[in-house]
Amino acid sequence: MTTPSRLPDPYGQGSGANLADILERVLDKGIVIAGDIRINLLDIELLTIKLRLIVASVDKAKEMGIDWWEDDPALSTKARRDELSRENAELRERLARLEQLEPARAEEERS
Amino acid sequence: MTGLRYVYAVCHPFGTPLQAQLTGVAGDPPRLLHHHGLVAVVSHVPERDFAEEPLRRHLEDLDWLTATARAHQGVIDALTVVTTPLPLRLGTVFRDDSGVRVMIEEREDAFRRTLDRLQGRVEWGVKVYAGAEPADGADSEAPPEKAASGRDYLRQRRMRVRSNEDMWQRAETFATRLHETLSEFAEDSRLHAPQNPTLSGASGRNVLNAAYLVPRSVSEEFVELVDRTKDDVPGMRVELTGPWAAYSFAGEEENR
Repeated sequence: MTTPSRLPDPYGQGSGANLADILERVLDKGIVIAGDIRINLLDIELLTIKLRLIVASVDKAKEMGIDWWEDDPALSTKARRDELSRENAELRERLARLEQLEPARAEEERS
Repeated sequence: MTGLRYVYAVCHPFGTPLQAQLTGVAGDPPRLLHHHGLVAVVSHVPERDFAEEPLRRHLEDLDWLTATARAHQGVIDALTVVTTPLPLRLGTVFRDDSGVRVMIEEREDAFRRTLDRLQGRVEWGVKVYAGAEPADGADSEAPPEKAASGRDYLRQRRMRVRSNEDMWQRAETFATRLHETLSEFAEDSRLHAPQNPTLSGASGRNVLNAAYLVPRSVSEEFVELVDRTKDDVPGMRVELTGPWAAYSFAGEEENR
Protein backbone atom coordinates (compact mmCIF):
# COMPACT_ATOMS: atom_id res chain seq x y z
CA MET A 1 0.00 0.00 0.00
CA THR A 2 2.82 2.40 -0.74
CA THR A 3 2.20 5.74 -2.33
CA PRO A 4 5.09 7.33 -4.18
CA SER A 5 5.56 9.96 -1.49
CA ARG A 6 5.57 7.55 1.43
CA LEU A 7 8.74 7.80 3.43
CA PRO A 8 10.65 4.68 4.30
CA ASP A 9 10.60 3.77 7.94
CA PRO A 10 12.98 5.91 9.90
CA TYR A 11 16.41 4.47 10.40
CA GLY A 12 18.10 4.97 13.71
CA GLN A 13 15.69 7.67 14.84
CA GLY A 14 13.39 8.00 17.80
CA SER A 15 14.75 6.28 20.85
CA GLY A 16 17.59 4.77 18.83
CA ALA A 17 18.91 8.03 17.39
CA ASN A 18 22.33 8.57 18.73
CA LEU A 19 22.91 11.68 20.79
CA ALA A 20 25.67 12.94 18.54
CA ASP A 21 23.32 12.84 15.53
CA ILE A 22 20.73 14.89 17.35
CA LEU A 23 23.07 17.42 18.96
CA GLU A 24 24.93 17.87 15.71
CA ARG A 25 21.70 18.98 14.09
CA VAL A 26 19.84 20.89 16.78
CA LEU A 27 22.95 22.72 18.03
CA ASP A 28 25.12 23.09 14.98
CA LYS A 29 22.64 23.20 12.12
CA GLY A 30 19.26 24.76 11.64
CA ILE A 31 18.53 28.42 11.20
CA VAL A 32 20.23 30.81 13.57
CA ILE A 33 17.96 33.58 14.75
CA ALA A 34 18.78 35.89 17.60
CA GLY A 35 15.73 35.71 19.83
CA ASP A 36 14.82 38.03 22.71
CA ILE A 37 16.77 35.75 25.00
CA ARG A 38 20.35 36.26 23.96
CA ILE A 39 22.33 33.20 24.49
CA ASN A 40 25.64 34.06 23.05
CA LEU A 41 26.17 31.72 20.13
CA LEU A 42 29.74 31.43 21.23
CA ASP A 43 28.42 29.61 24.27
CA ILE A 44 26.92 26.93 22.14
CA GLU A 45 30.05 26.68 20.08
CA LEU A 46 32.13 26.44 23.21
CA LEU A 47 29.85 23.76 24.45
CA THR A 48 30.20 21.82 21.23
CA ILE A 49 33.93 22.11 21.54
CA LYS A 50 33.73 20.90 25.10
CA LEU A 51 31.68 17.93 24.01
CA ARG A 52 34.19 17.17 21.29
CA LEU A 53 36.96 17.31 23.83
CA ILE A 54 35.43 14.40 25.66
CA VAL A 55 36.83 12.20 22.95
CA ALA A 56 40.29 13.38 23.89
CA SER A 57 39.82 11.66 27.20
CA VAL A 58 41.94 8.59 26.84
CA ASP A 59 40.31 6.76 29.72
CA LYS A 60 36.85 7.13 28.23
CA ALA A 61 38.05 5.86 24.88
CA LYS A 62 39.80 2.92 26.53
CA GLU A 63 36.61 2.05 28.37
CA MET A 64 35.01 1.74 25.01
CA GLY A 65 37.78 -0.50 23.76
CA ILE A 66 39.36 2.07 21.51
CA ASP A 67 43.06 1.68 22.09
CA TRP A 68 44.66 1.25 18.72
CA TRP A 69 47.02 4.15 19.33
CA GLU A 70 48.60 2.33 22.26
CA ASP A 71 50.85 0.34 19.96
CA ASP A 72 51.36 3.06 17.43
CA PRO A 73 54.71 4.76 18.04
CA ALA A 74 53.59 7.83 16.14
CA LEU A 75 50.81 8.39 18.67
CA SER A 76 51.87 6.92 21.95
CA THR A 77 54.82 8.11 23.96
CA LYS A 78 54.76 4.85 25.90
CA ALA A 79 55.02 2.76 22.76
CA ARG A 80 57.72 5.10 21.51
CA ARG A 81 59.69 4.77 24.74
CA ASP A 82 59.41 0.99 24.70
CA GLU A 83 60.50 0.90 21.16
CA LEU A 84 63.41 3.23 21.66
CA SER A 85 64.79 1.13 24.47
CA ARG A 86 64.38 -2.01 22.40
CA GLU A 87 66.07 -0.41 19.44
CA ASN A 88 68.83 0.78 21.73
CA ALA A 89 69.39 -2.72 23.04
CA GLU A 90 69.48 -4.09 19.52
CA LEU A 91 71.93 -1.49 18.38
CA ARG A 92 74.17 -2.00 21.39
CA GLU A 93 74.24 -5.72 20.65
CA ARG A 94 75.19 -5.13 17.06
CA LEU A 95 77.83 -2.63 18.04
CA ALA A 96 79.32 -5.14 20.46
CA ARG A 97 79.41 -7.77 17.70
CA LEU A 98 81.11 -5.37 15.32
CA GLU A 99 83.63 -4.43 17.95
CA GLN A 100 84.47 -8.08 18.44
CA LEU A 101 85.07 -8.43 14.72
CA GLU A 102 87.25 -5.36 14.48
CA PRO A 103 88.67 -4.69 17.92
CA ALA A 104 91.59 -2.68 16.64
CA ARG A 105 89.54 -0.32 14.59
CA ALA A 106 87.03 0.13 17.32
CA GLU A 107 89.85 1.07 19.70
CA GLU A 108 91.14 3.55 17.21
CA GLU A 109 87.75 5.20 16.83
CA ARG A 110 87.20 5.42 20.52
CA SER A 111 90.38 7.38 21.14
CA MET B 1 -0.32 33.87 28.81
CA THR B 2 2.76 33.68 30.91
CA GLY B 3 6.19 32.38 30.17
CA LEU B 4 8.53 32.74 27.23
CA ARG B 5 8.12 31.45 23.69
CA TYR B 6 10.42 28.74 22.44
CA VAL B 7 10.38 28.48 18.64
CA TYR B 8 11.13 25.15 16.94
CA ALA B 9 10.48 25.84 13.32
CA VAL B 10 8.79 27.96 10.69
CA CYS B 11 6.57 26.29 8.07
CA HIS B 12 4.02 26.96 5.40
CA PRO B 13 0.53 26.46 6.86
CA PHE B 14 -0.41 22.78 6.90
CA GLY B 15 -3.75 21.02 7.23
CA THR B 16 -2.87 17.85 9.09
CA PRO B 17 -2.98 18.19 12.87
CA LEU B 18 0.10 17.24 14.88
CA GLN B 19 -0.15 14.08 16.96
CA ALA B 20 -2.20 14.84 20.07
CA GLN B 21 0.18 13.63 22.79
CA LEU B 22 3.21 15.44 21.40
CA THR B 23 5.08 17.40 24.07
CA GLY B 24 7.89 19.78 23.38
CA VAL B 25 10.62 21.22 25.56
CA ALA B 26 9.54 21.86 29.16
CA GLY B 27 6.59 19.51 28.64
CA ASP B 28 4.45 22.06 26.80
CA PRO B 29 2.67 20.91 23.62
CA PRO B 30 3.80 22.73 20.48
CA ARG B 31 1.35 25.40 19.32
CA LEU B 32 0.93 26.96 15.91
CA LEU B 33 1.28 30.71 15.62
CA HIS B 34 -0.02 31.90 12.24
CA HIS B 35 1.29 35.19 10.94
CA HIS B 36 1.69 36.70 7.46
CA GLY B 37 0.85 33.38 5.83
CA LEU B 38 3.56 31.51 7.70
CA VAL B 39 3.43 29.33 10.81
CA ALA B 40 5.80 29.46 13.74
CA VAL B 41 5.72 26.35 15.91
CA VAL B 42 6.18 27.42 19.53
CA SER B 43 6.01 26.15 23.10
CA HIS B 44 5.47 28.14 26.24
CA VAL B 45 8.50 27.74 28.47
CA PRO B 46 9.12 29.02 32.01
CA GLU B 47 11.45 31.95 32.67
CA ARG B 48 13.15 30.04 35.44
CA ASP B 49 14.67 27.70 32.85
CA PHE B 50 14.75 29.71 29.65
CA ALA B 51 15.69 33.25 30.64
CA GLU B 52 19.25 34.16 29.72
CA GLU B 53 21.00 33.21 32.91
CA PRO B 54 19.37 29.81 33.58
CA LEU B 55 19.47 28.87 29.91
CA ARG B 56 23.19 29.51 29.75
CA ARG B 57 23.69 27.37 32.84
CA HIS B 58 21.47 24.58 31.51
CA LEU B 59 23.37 24.42 28.24
CA GLU B 60 26.42 23.33 30.18
CA ASP B 61 24.50 20.44 31.67
CA LEU B 62 24.70 17.48 29.33
CA ASP B 63 21.63 15.76 30.83
CA TRP B 64 19.44 18.83 30.50
CA LEU B 65 20.79 19.48 27.05
CA THR B 66 20.12 15.90 25.99
CA ALA B 67 16.51 15.98 27.17
CA THR B 68 15.90 19.36 25.56
CA ALA B 69 17.58 18.39 22.31
CA ARG B 70 15.49 15.20 22.11
CA ALA B 71 12.28 17.13 22.81
CA HIS B 72 13.21 19.72 20.19
CA GLN B 73 13.99 17.00 17.68
CA GLY B 74 10.75 15.18 18.60
CA VAL B 75 8.71 18.20 17.55
CA ILE B 76 10.71 18.69 14.36
CA ASP B 77 10.22 15.00 13.60
CA ALA B 78 6.46 15.25 14.05
CA LEU B 79 6.42 18.29 11.76
CA THR B 80 8.44 16.45 9.14
CA VAL B 81 5.69 13.85 8.90
CA VAL B 82 3.06 16.45 7.96
CA THR B 83 5.01 19.24 6.25
CA THR B 84 8.48 20.56 5.38
CA PRO B 85 9.65 22.52 8.43
CA LEU B 86 12.50 25.00 8.58
CA PRO B 87 14.17 23.91 11.81
CA LEU B 88 15.63 26.65 14.01
CA ARG B 89 18.65 26.13 16.18
CA LEU B 90 17.98 24.90 19.70
CA GLY B 91 17.33 27.66 22.21
CA THR B 92 15.60 30.27 20.04
CA VAL B 93 13.46 32.06 22.65
CA PHE B 94 11.24 35.18 22.55
CA ARG B 95 9.51 37.12 25.31
CA ASP B 96 6.00 36.75 23.91
CA ASP B 97 3.95 36.01 20.80
CA SER B 98 4.44 39.50 19.45
CA GLY B 99 8.21 38.99 19.56
CA VAL B 100 7.74 35.92 17.39
CA ARG B 101 5.50 37.85 14.99
CA VAL B 102 8.08 40.61 14.59
CA MET B 103 10.72 37.99 13.84
CA ILE B 104 8.50 36.49 11.12
CA GLU B 105 7.91 39.90 9.57
CA GLU B 106 11.61 40.69 9.51
CA ARG B 107 12.51 37.47 7.77
CA GLU B 108 9.48 36.41 5.83
CA ASP B 109 11.09 36.72 2.39
CA ALA B 110 14.05 34.59 3.37
CA PHE B 111 11.76 32.04 5.06
CA ARG B 112 9.65 31.73 1.92
CA ARG B 113 12.67 31.35 -0.31
CA THR B 114 14.15 28.62 1.84
CA LEU B 115 10.81 26.86 2.34
CA ASP B 116 10.28 26.77 -1.41
CA ARG B 117 13.76 25.43 -1.96
CA LEU B 118 13.30 22.63 0.58
CA GLN B 119 9.65 21.83 -0.13
CA GLY B 120 9.08 18.07 -0.27
CA ARG B 121 12.68 17.24 0.58
CA VAL B 122 14.22 15.47 3.53
CA GLU B 123 17.73 14.97 4.82
CA TRP B 124 19.44 11.59 5.16
CA GLY B 125 22.56 11.16 7.24
CA VAL B 126 25.23 8.69 6.14
CA LYS B 127 28.25 7.81 8.23
CA VAL B 128 31.12 5.46 7.54
CA TYR B 129 33.13 3.86 10.34
CA ALA B 130 36.45 2.19 9.74
CA GLY B 131 38.34 -0.31 11.82
CA ALA B 132 35.40 -1.30 14.00
CA GLU B 133 36.81 -4.81 14.17
CA PRO B 134 40.20 -6.13 13.08
CA ALA B 135 39.64 -5.66 9.41
CA ASP B 136 42.99 -6.79 8.35
CA GLY B 137 44.42 -10.28 8.13
CA ALA B 138 47.87 -8.90 8.75
CA ASP B 139 46.93 -7.74 12.23
CA SER B 140 45.20 -10.85 13.46
CA GLU B 141 47.16 -13.65 11.84
CA ALA B 142 50.56 -12.35 12.87
CA PRO B 143 50.64 -12.18 16.64
CA PRO B 144 53.75 -10.30 17.67
CA GLU B 145 56.15 -13.21 17.40
CA LYS B 146 59.39 -12.54 19.18
CA ALA B 147 61.71 -10.65 16.96
CA ALA B 148 64.80 -12.72 16.22
CA SER B 149 66.90 -9.68 15.52
CA GLY B 150 66.70 -5.94 15.34
CA ARG B 151 66.16 -6.21 11.64
CA ASP B 152 63.26 -8.63 12.10
CA TYR B 153 61.79 -6.41 14.70
CA LEU B 154 61.94 -3.39 12.46
CA ARG B 155 60.48 -5.37 9.58
CA GLN B 156 57.55 -6.50 11.73
CA ARG B 157 56.99 -2.99 12.88
CA ARG B 158 57.00 -1.68 9.33
CA MET B 159 54.41 -4.28 8.35
CA ARG B 160 52.18 -3.29 11.24
CA VAL B 161 52.39 0.38 10.35
CA ARG B 162 51.80 -0.40 6.69
CA SER B 163 48.72 -2.54 7.33
CA ASN B 164 47.30 0.31 9.39
CA GLU B 165 48.03 2.74 6.60
CA ASP B 166 46.40 0.37 4.11
CA MET B 167 43.28 0.30 6.21
CA TRP B 168 43.00 4.10 6.34
CA GLN B 169 43.78 4.28 2.66
CA ARG B 170 40.97 1.82 1.91
CA ALA B 171 38.64 3.65 4.26
CA GLU B 172 39.30 6.93 2.51
CA THR B 173 38.84 5.45 -0.94
CA PHE B 174 35.61 3.78 0.11
CA ALA B 175 34.21 6.90 1.78
CA THR B 176 35.13 9.12 -1.16
CA ARG B 177 33.50 6.79 -3.66
CA LEU B 178 30.38 6.40 -1.56
CA HIS B 179 30.06 10.16 -1.14
CA GLU B 180 30.42 10.65 -4.90
CA THR B 181 27.72 8.08 -5.65
CA LEU B 182 25.29 9.49 -3.10
CA SER B 183 25.97 13.12 -4.06
CA GLU B 184 25.13 12.30 -7.64
CA PHE B 185 21.79 10.87 -6.58
CA ALA B 186 20.96 13.59 -4.06
CA GLU B 187 20.08 17.19 -4.87
CA ASP B 188 22.62 18.56 -2.46
CA SER B 189 25.07 17.35 0.15
CA ARG B 190 27.06 18.55 3.14
CA LEU B 191 30.11 17.09 4.79
CA HIS B 192 30.09 17.34 8.59
CA ALA B 193 32.90 16.92 11.06
CA PRO B 194 33.49 13.33 12.16
CA GLN B 195 31.52 12.42 15.25
CA ASN B 196 32.63 12.17 18.80
CA PRO B 197 32.54 8.44 19.65
CA THR B 198 31.70 9.17 23.28
CA LEU B 199 28.46 10.81 22.26
CA SER B 200 27.59 8.49 19.43
CA GLY B 201 28.60 5.34 21.28
CA ALA B 202 29.80 3.95 17.98
CA SER B 203 32.86 1.79 17.58
CA GLY B 204 35.45 2.40 14.91
CA ARG B 205 36.62 5.71 13.60
CA ASN B 206 34.07 7.92 11.90
CA VAL B 207 35.66 8.65 8.50
CA LEU B 208 32.61 10.04 6.71
CA ASN B 209 29.78 12.05 8.21
CA ALA B 210 27.61 13.47 5.46
CA ALA B 211 24.08 14.75 4.92
CA TYR B 212 22.14 14.44 1.69
CA LEU B 213 19.11 16.41 0.57
CA VAL B 214 16.71 14.02 -1.15
CA PRO B 215 13.15 14.48 -2.44
CA ARG B 216 10.68 12.37 -0.46
CA SER B 217 9.50 10.77 -3.68
CA VAL B 218 12.87 9.09 -4.29
CA SER B 219 13.86 8.51 -0.68
CA GLU B 220 13.24 4.78 -0.90
CA GLU B 221 15.63 4.55 -3.84
CA PHE B 222 18.21 6.51 -1.89
CA VAL B 223 17.92 4.12 1.04
CA GLU B 224 18.31 1.14 -1.30
CA LEU B 225 21.35 2.75 -2.87
CA VAL B 226 22.96 3.08 0.56
CA ASP B 227 21.97 -0.48 1.46
CA ARG B 228 23.67 -1.86 -1.63
CA THR B 229 27.04 -0.36 -0.65
CA LYS B 230 26.97 -1.69 2.86
CA ASP B 231 28.99 -4.85 2.45
CA ASP B 232 31.28 -3.65 -0.28
CA VAL B 233 34.46 -3.46 1.72
CA PRO B 234 35.31 -5.50 4.81
CA GLY B 235 36.05 -3.48 7.93
CA MET B 236 33.85 -0.57 6.86
CA ARG B 237 30.48 0.05 8.46
CA VAL B 238 27.88 2.27 6.85
CA GLU B 239 25.20 3.84 9.00
CA LEU B 240 22.10 5.55 7.69
CA THR B 241 19.90 7.92 9.73
CA GLY B 242 16.77 9.77 8.77
CA PRO B 243 14.58 11.00 7.35
CA TRP B 244 15.48 14.23 9.11
CA ALA B 245 14.10 17.68 8.52
CA ALA B 246 16.57 19.43 6.23
CA TYR B 247 18.65 20.78 9.12
CA SER B 248 21.90 20.83 7.20
CA PHE B 249 20.38 22.69 4.27
CA ALA B 250 18.25 25.24 6.09
CA GLY B 251 20.90 27.96 6.07
CA GLU B 252 20.71 30.80 3.59
CA GLU B 253 22.11 30.24 0.13
CA GLU B 254 25.27 32.21 0.78
CA ASN B 255 26.96 29.38 2.62
CA ARG B 256 26.48 26.94 -0.23
